Amino acid sequence: MTTGFHRSRGGGAHAHFEDVEARMVASMAAQIVELLRDGAPAPASRADAGDPLAEAVGLGASGPLLHPDDPVVARLLPDAYLDDAADASDFRRYTEPGLRDRKAANAAAVIASLAEAGTDLAGGLDAPGSVGDSAGVDVELDAAGVDVWLRCLTDVRLALGTRLEVDEDDEVRWELLGDDDPAKAMHDVYDWLGFVQETLLRSLG
Amino acid sequence: MRDDGEVSTAPAPAEVERPETEGFVLTQVPWVTVVWNDPVNLMSYVSWVFRSYFGHSVRKANKLMRQVHEEGRAVVSDGSREEMERDVEAMHGYGLWATLEKAST
Repeated sequence: MTTGFHRSRGGGAHAHFEDVEARMVASMAAQIVELLRDGAPAPASRADAGDPLAEAVGLGASGPLLHPDDPVVARLLPDAYLDDAADASDFRRYTEPGLRDRKAANAAAVIASLAEAGTDLAGGLDAPGSVGDSAGVDVELDAAGVDVWLRCLTDVRLALGTRLEVDEDDEVRWELLGDDDPAKAMHDVYDWLGFVQETLLRSLG
Repeated sequence: MRDDGEVSTAPAPAEVERPETEGFVLTQVPWVTVVWNDPVNLMSYVSWVFRSYFGHSVRKANKLMRQVHEEGRAVVSDGSREEMERDVEAMHGYGLWATLEKAST
């Protein structure tokens, strides 16, 4: 079991992960990429040109974007205006494609840093090997890498937390679930990612 | 500031008719960025975001973070609507739940 991140000499942070832990983080990050690329609005087509200025500067989608149906995506890309749907939609039109791209790029960078450290990504989560019987991987992050990991761990936890409908001070709810309950396993991952993120934050201070 | 030396010709303040400024404001309407409490984000992370993005001291960042946590929301910046849209977009990039609204005076 990893002890999380520690401050590196000369800046940045490092952590040792068991192989299954590294694959878990990579798998969660891959799901964020999938989630954000799946629902991404199509770029403006030639037949249905949107705002020419927006297109000229490479901004925005072809039309107004509505609040996403999936609560997880809605949490990752929230409305900027609480009580004005038209303003919220306009804001979305100009910012959502970029936010989706940047969040997906962060998740891809996390996967890349795990691959670079030697994580066997092809094996997936079902690959043989359990905690304790493998060499594990050493992840080294510079300052930019720390920023990317913190943002990506946040997005993964937001996604899991929204799916699980976690609330403040709800620990008892999870303790009461049976060990064979998939929600409990998912919540354990959510908690563990919180631990990893906390160690990364602590390594900065 | 101007000083033309003709002090004696200036009308007393009480004699100047107060201009009607209601509904006619030259300055931009101030907007604010609000960050809302959520059950997922770590308190240490929210504080780090305020330090990283706004350049706040640890003390100020922690104070704002506690306000979000305890009061459910906190105003984290103010300025023009365009500036606040930039701040909200940045907060969304960090995964914080942020909105913008007109400042209540």
